[in-house]
Amino acid sequence: MINYIIRRLFYVVPVLLGVNILTFVLFFVVNTPDDMARMQLGDKHVTQEAVDNWKQQRGYHLPLLWNEQEEGLQKASNTIFFKKSVGLFVFDLGISDNGRDIVADITQRMWPSLAIAIPSLIFGVLANITFALLLIFYRSSVLEFAGLFLCITLMSISGLFYIIAGQYFIGKLLALTPISGYAPGIDAFKFILLPVFIGVVGGLGSGARWYRTLFLEEAAKDYVRTAKAKGLSDLQVLFRHVLKNTMIPILTGIVVILPLLFMGSLITESFFGIPGLGSYTIDAISSQDFAIVRSMVFLGSFLYIIGLLMTDISYTLVDPRVRLD
Amino acid sequence: MAACTDRALNNPYVEGEGEEKVIYSSFSERPKHLDPAKAYSSNEYAIIAQIYEPLFQYHYLKRPYQLEPLLAAAMPTVSYFDKHNNPLPNTAPDVDIAYSEYLLSIKAGTKFQPHPSFNIKRHDDLPSDWDAVSIYDLPLGTRELIADDFIYQIKRLADPATQSPIAGLMANYIIGFNDFSKKQTALKRQFPTLRKAQRLQSEKMFGVKKIDDHHFSIRVKGKYPQFINWLAMPFFAPMPWEADEFYSNPLLASKNISLDWYPVGTGPYFLAENNPNRRMVLLKNQNFHDEYYPIEGDQAASAQGLLKDAGKKLPLTDKVIFSLEKESIPYWNKFLQGYYDASGISSDSFDQAVSFSADGDIGLTTNMIERGIGLQTAVTTSSYYFGFNMLNEVVGGYSDKAKKLRQAISIVMDYEEYISIFQNGRGVPAQGIIPPGIFGYIEGELGINPVVYTWDEGLVRRPIGQAKRLLAEAGYQKGIDPATGKPLVLYFDTMDSGPDSKSRLNWLRKQFNKINIQLVIRGTDYNRFQEKMRSGSAQMFMWGWNADYPDPENFLFLLYGKNAKSIYGGENAANYQNVQFDALFEQMSTMANTPERQLIISKMVAIAQQDAPWLWGFHPKAFSLHHGWYKNAYPNLMANNKTKYINIDPKLRQIYQNKWNKPTYWPLLLAMLIAACLLLPAYIIYRRIERATAL
Repeated sequence: MINYIIRRLFYVVPVLLGVNILTFVLFFVVNTPDDMARMQLGDKHVTQEAVDNWKQQRGYHLPLLWNEQEEGLQKASNTIFFKKSVGLFVFDLGISDNGRDIVADITQRMWPSLAIAIPSLIFGVLANITFALLLIFYRSSVLEFAGLFLCITLMSISGLFYIIAGQYFIGKLLALTPISGYAPGIDAFKFILLPVFIGVVGGLGSGARWYRTLFLEEAAKDYVRTAKAKGLSDLQVLFRHVLKNTMIPILTGIVVILPLLFMGSLITESFFGIPGLGSYTIDAISSQDFAIVRSMVFLGSFLYIIGLLMTDISYTLVDPRVRLD
Repeated sequence: MAACTDRALNNPYVEGEGEEKVIYSSFSERPKHLDPAKAYSSNEYAIIAQIYEPLFQYHYLKRPYQLEPLLAAAMPTVSYFDKHNNPLPNTAPDVDIAYSEYLLSIKAGTKFQPHPSFNIKRHDDLPSDWDAVSIYDLPLGTRELIADDFIYQIKRLADPATQSPIAGLMANYIIGFNDFSKKQTALKRQFPTLRKAQRLQSEKMFGVKKIDDHHFSIRVKGKYPQFINWLAMPFFAPMPWEADEFYSNPLLASKNISLDWYPVGTGPYFLAENNPNRRMVLLKNQNFHDEYYPIEGDQAASAQGLLKDAGKKLPLTDKVIFSLEKESIPYWNKFLQGYYDASGISSDSFDQAVSFSADGDIGLTTNMIERGIGLQTAVTTSSYYFGFNMLNEVVGGYSDKAKKLRQAISIVMDYEEYISIFQNGRGVPAQGIIPPGIFGYIEGELGINPVVYTWDEGLVRRPIGQAKRLLAEAGYQKGIDPATGKPLVLYFDTMDSGPDSKSRLNWLRKQFNKINIQLVIRGTDYNRFQEKMRSGSAQMFMWGWNADYPDPENFLFLLYGKNAKSIYGGENAANYQNVQFDALFEQMSTMANTPERQLIISKMVAIAQQDAPWLWGFHPKAFSLHHGWYKNAYPNLMANNKTKYINIDPKLRQIYQNKWNKPTYWPLLLAMLIAACLLLPAYIIYRRIERATAL
């Protein structure tokens, strides 16, 4: 397994290089360094001299990918691409075009994102699996029909509606939780209750339907019939055997997103005033802050690859037949 | 049930905090800069204008806007000199004046806020493991404000490393500004390790001179009376050199602790907590100099009882909390819960808050009145206009035909309708370039734009028939372009896109259709739009301008020929160039607000109205709501440092917050009951499944 992991980690380098080149090209197709400077300097009284000065100070005065003025290797290294990308591979994310340390910003903003994302994921998965198993248990009964009807209804409603309705009913009419806001530490509890609840309810429809499909397939297998024939109750069969044997597809969906949890959710954080990372990349795109965009895309790609690797490893934990060679 | 309580559970603040004199406010976007040399946006000024103080400020309660000393001991003395540096009398003709010198005196005894930078020697070498939650955990110090701090800030404006947005503009005025800037670039290249404070202090700026600790002078080119307005902006707030020195510590930079985020000022508050992703907290500056609530104001201010706090020491509150609130819906709901003290009105909540009487008078809805909420309205000193590119061969130019085409479009563009549909009635159709509240604006019949309106006990838009006639005279009979034999096609470049703007763009097309002109919308992103404007390739566009200072020059310069955007890179986006207008502008710009100046402005406005390089658009009207406990709110569109005048009645706020936020538990109990009821059929089916036989 160690060899497998090392081999996979080596694959990371070309993938990240490719992602980095793609991000760079896409970004600079849309924005020129002059555009970036004007965006940062504002609309009023901006002179070309100020634009040139801004570019000079941030290294955007160099050619994008190839510097004809230089000799030898410097033709490639004395370029915006090289100067802005090479640090990423040693996780030196550098300073944003706005002058802020990116690592410090991420470190500060990831905790509120995690405070929402982790409980939402745990309670969401638990609720979805439980609900899906109950749908299987009550299959072909009026309760299954009612449950499926509920799932379809929940899926049909926009996520934004849950947020606005939740804030209105729970935060405003019932006055049970703050409508929005955040506080660090234990005080965060009252602020995360509502977004977590809304996250769980909002995801219940699609989540439960997905898990139900997995469980239905598993419940039709021979060993389930055998277990029942041996006298196990339906509940025991479902929770002890079916659930265990469905872990591979469940883990496929969950483990891969674990490393990305800290990146937060744009809409939830925006509406609930959570100071997380949800809007960090979007804000950077709108303000044409290339330093943040490249760092976040790089980090996102890296973590996604790590997530995939973790998923592979987790298979070996839940299914002894799986070997990573 | 034992846990059930009448205590507000939805209070987003620390328990008991609201009992203090705290202002609860918000910000929707984190400020880019809090360095007064860089900040230039209203959301940045909302914070820094409470911390940094320039030499002058706008009187809070007097209209028209009036400057008064803030850190200055008195208004400046201005002397004039000819090109040989000989003094000139104040009555000297403008052409003879080569330099103006502003002699500025500052109040003695003013101190900076407590800050660790004043203990610089103790903080030169912060331990590498230093991880203070706040810089205010470090030993603090202060010192008296002196003239050098103003001079240092002007040098910071000129320093290319600062990247001040007004550096280019000031280089045209302050003597020696440009040279200083060049020297700094050279110094930085020659001695890259030299710290910023040392670098700036090592050179002098020719036009800025220290006389003594409390006096200094600034010399500007020619006669530039508007310069004093710049001195009332945070750009010219004093900066202690120690601040730059302190923040140059690399350890602080790695923690995002910089002068751009942790200001050092003399103002009524200091920034105690700065988490731009969550909240920013201002606390009362214990070192704040003596300043008192105004004892006089204009008639409206007196009538509104805004002089009750007259003579009280400022600031009137101890703390201001700005919370991040990106979306308008939660913001509005929290305002209604009493967790924000004041609010603007978004389109979503407009009908909930504002009602129009049969006469068209604006008022609050019954719900708002019952809650004790007050409404303030004011026409902003801004213009949102529709511009023609005067360099364009179809809509531009100064021929009679081109003029008549633009005039015809001016008539059909029904801005009254636009304001009603898209602004909820919050705006005033513009008659010219100058908004109300700025010298040169004329109200009533004398001030109308005769090209578009007539007067009959009020504004009457000219009929479409007149527009059609003008269009025919322009060579487009019934809107048909003789070159193609088809309806004239015009192009509108805009950054507006997406479903929100669809209705606005359709409305625009409909206006042109009235005279059979086909409007093609060219949607574009911000970068390309700016580029088109710079290169002069756009045909028609919409743009806006917010006043920097309350002088007509700050609007009329938007049509001054030497500011043409595509030619000189200035702010004249329409590239309008009229020799007569330009000559009058040069004459008017250096004059005091006299009847003669008014006459010249009227002439300029009339020329522009006839040439119609803009459809003058509208001046937005700002509506703001505030709770009954939020005192002394008065619209002042020029002052940014208004927070110090605001008073809070925390007891009243507490009463209302408790009244409006009583938790309701019964729906929870009902939900639990329903869930329990649902368990019964589930149990019955469970039993049936468990007992069922295979066959």
